[in-house]
Amino acid sequence: MNLKRKNPNPDPSSPDSDESTQLSSPFPDEVLERVLSLLNSRKDRNSVSLVCKDWYDAERWSRTHVFIGNCYSVSPEILTRRFPNIRSVTLKGKPRFSDFDLVPPKWGACVHSWLLVFATKYHFLEALRLKRMTVSDESLKFLALSFPNFKALSLLSCDGFSTDGLASITTHCKNLTELDIQENDIDDKSGKWLSCFPENFMSLEVLNFANLNSDVNFEALERLVSWCKSLKVLKVNENITLEQLQRLLVLAPHLREVGTGSLLQELTPRQHSELKSAFSNCKNLNILSGFTEVTSIFLPVLYPACTNLTFLNLSYAVLQSDELSNLLIHCPLLQRLWVLDSVEDEGLEAVGSNCPLLEELRVFPASDPHEDEIVHGVTEIGFLAVSYGCKKLHYVLYFCRRMTNAAVTTIVQNCPDFTHFRLCIMNPRQPDYQTGEPMDEAFGAVVKTCTKLRRLAVSGLLTDLTFEYIGKYAKNLETLSVAFAGSSDWGMECVLKGCPKLRKLEIRDCPFGNAALLSSFRKYESMRSLWMSGCKVTMNGCRLLAQEMPRLNVEVIKECGNDDCQADKLYVYRSVAGPRKDAPPFVLTL
Amino acid sequence: MSIPLEHDYIGLTETSSMERSSEKLSSSSSSTLSTEDVKSSALNLKETELRLGLPGSESPERKVSLFGKDLEDKHNGYSLSPLKNLVSGAKRGFSDAIDGSSGKWAFSMSNGSDVDMGKGAVLFSPRAGNGSGKALGVLEGKSNIQQSSVSATPTLKEAGCVPQSPKPVQDKKPQVPAANEHSSAPAAKTQVVGWPPIRSFRKNTMASNLVKNSDEADGKTGFGCLYVKVSMDGAPYLRKVDLKTYNNYAELSAALEKMFSCFTIGQCSSHGLRGQDGLNESRLKDLLNGSEYVLTYEDKDGDWMLVGDVPWEMFTDSCRRLRIMKGSEAIGLAPRAVEKCKNRN
Repeated sequence: MNLKRKNPNPDPSSPDSDESTQLSSPFPDEVLERVLSLLNSRKDRNSVSLVCKDWYDAERWSRTHVFIGNCYSVSPEILTRRFPNIRSVTLKGKPRFSDFDLVPPKWGACVHSWLLVFATKYHFLEALRLKRMTVSDESLKFLALSFPNFKALSLLSCDGFSTDGLASITTHCKNLTELDIQENDIDDKSGKWLSCFPENFMSLEVLNFANLNSDVNFEALERLVSWCKSLKVLKVNENITLEQLQRLLVLAPHLREVGTGSLLQELTPRQHSELKSAFSNCKNLNILSGFTEVTSIFLPVLYPACTNLTFLNLSYAVLQSDELSNLLIHCPLLQRLWVLDSVEDEGLEAVGSNCPLLEELRVFPASDPHEDEIVHGVTEIGFLAVSYGCKKLHYVLYFCRRMTNAAVTTIVQNCPDFTHFRLCIMNPRQPDYQTGEPMDEAFGAVVKTCTKLRRLAVSGLLTDLTFEYIGKYAKNLETLSVAFAGSSDWGMECVLKGCPKLRKLEIRDCPFGNAALLSSFRKYESMRSLWMSGCKVTMNGCRLLAQEMPRLNVEVIKECGNDDCQADKLYVYRSVAGPRKDAPPFVLTL
Repeated sequence: MSIPLEHDYIGLTETSSMERSSEKLSSSSSSTLSTEDVKSSALNLKETELRLGLPGSESPERKVSLFGKDLEDKHNGYSLSPLKNLVSGAKRGFSDAIDGSSGKWAFSMSNGSDVDMGKGAVLFSPRAGNGSGKALGVLEGKSNIQQSSVSATPTLKEAGCVPQSPKPVQDKKPQVPAANEHSSAPAAKTQVVGWPPIRSFRKNTMASNLVKNSDEADGKTGFGCLYVKVSMDGAPYLRKVDLKTYNNYAELSAALEKMFSCFTIGQCSSHGLRGQDGLNESRLKDLLNGSEYVLTYEDKDGDWMLVGDVPWEMFTDSCRRLRIMKGSEAIGLAPRAVEKCKNRN
């Protein structure tokens, strides 16, 4: 967008403030910017920027945090031109299905080109949060050296870097407050990065290295924890023993969020009670995670610490139902719970009985269904039990081995406030196991009853009827994930025509073809992105779309062995930056 | 790599390949139910069993594999079903999905036609029409390269492009009987890239954790060994012993003594096998009590017991792990142990 700012010098406190600016708005820019700087919500800010040119300007000058949901939708040049005062950037890169190996490596989403521009335009950058981006050690080093005020780095589901890159950060970022390394594809060479913090380093508030496997120097960690009095979040890795954890807790009883290390150690009664008292002295403890290799002997240590817990992440803990049950008795204030399906339906019954304030539940599969026979796991029974006991439930991610339409209907009647409903019946195209029918009515009930629904993931045997329901009822739906579902193009057409707020649509292995793709091609400009893989779309269909909608990037990922006619993996997204300049050879921009 | 056989709906294969299949079935994790099924059902239910018939065929020839006769047994690693998204559901019959093919999966592709093939195809039972069809997934290479043979010739040379799958093809172990009941879903294994949708990080972490946990929890009982962890108070690390390698408590205690002798305060070794013949259960306790240590174990119920109280076989059956405890810590474990400690001291 071209800016025509009346006042070329936008500094509100400058004495050169233009009279013409004052004439056009009822109050000076200074006031407007001050007011707008209080706005934090992205949506509010976007609305503000559309009011008029003055407001647009005031907003852009006052914005300090920017969120970019698709790194290819905008270029760093355009971004820095519009927002000159950014301190904090959140960038998301690859399409979400890259988490499930559907996107080939070296696809792109490199952060480096962004850093180069930021180094000149956002010299005072403080925070960078990346998700599904490719980050190299060089980039991390460049980051560490280019931004003197840099404070917070968060890397989630990223790849391309090693612990050497982390060492650059810890060595050079003198004001670091946050280092959050989560679930990345990282080359874990050593734990030396932790020892690179300077001697009298004091500013750390968040440290999460739970997903790194190399040993860190415990003395260095201990020193760090004792010096950093503002430390709120500490998530250690598996190599930290219980005894070491106890020492850390004693040093930092003000911690709000703790991630445990290995829990395999044998504890003497004395150690047991020392650890228990260390935990119970953490009066601010709200969030617990870690728990890999947990044993039932360990869990009682936590009981006194659980009274104020709001979020318990047991998603790496292979617990049985009674172990979970005994733990949850002590967690009356729990709002978010992540567990493995090893707890089975009985464990979930305990959730329903003990956690009346629960708002979010995620149940992950404990074993890879391809590798092991699913003899455990959860079913509709567990989900039902939770819905009866947890009326405030609004976010669920549920991996199960069977489900029925009747159960889902009851569940959403019990909990009509779902905003996120992600149900994964692990066998593709599995019908209602009691009636043998498709699961259409289940998701029909979800969209009819849950009017606030923003995110939906469907599974099981589904016909076009499911999508008719979605199109007709899911008026607030923003994200839809579909796999192995639908009968014909009509299904996808219903969704595209019917969901006004749809932003992200990701589809795999469904019988949707060109007719569906092209049925509402203007729709894609109002969306962040569309992903279709394993569907029936052809190259010609994609070319047609690209022709009709020049402001969309229509990209096809080509892999060997594919027939040239088929567009096996299609990624469509709106962009003001034009086609990608860094596309690898297997990504064709049409 | 195993050869994909035609697995019918309930996991049976033709009798002619019975041995291969039962081998395959039993070698995978859930063999109990399916092996039985295979044996009994194959004899009794063949007439009623549901099969993956080819479209348009009524009773498929026994030797017919998924891809027609010529392709049977030539597969290598996975069945390359070229058909995509053959949806059951009420609106389309199975055969509708395949344009004009008869007796063959529609390998042949006409230009520009949207008869699609490719990965992720799921095959349906012939009963797909009434909506109760079950999906029997088809294997797919586990990496990003996919599609095997989308080109016209349905040969397996195409397979060269697709990476080897580490798993046998149709690892189906459905736990339902005949499909005319509406019963619980078969645990039909599908090998589909990226399904279920779990981040690879989580998958890898869980895979390694499960190994550790099963070690920890029940002692690995595969292949006739019974490893349990042994810890000793004050020792910096744990050891593991295979209980099956010992026949009685004497042998166990000797081995443990050897293993942990460097950690004791020196009393254990000197007490040693002090000229007394035939070690028995009580000697074991004497031995370790002499050095102020008591050998205890955790049984399947999670209780800590004194080693030596029960017959050896019962002990090996129920022992989950061992702990060499300091005598003072053993208070409450069993009155005898405490007394013994007092006597010694």
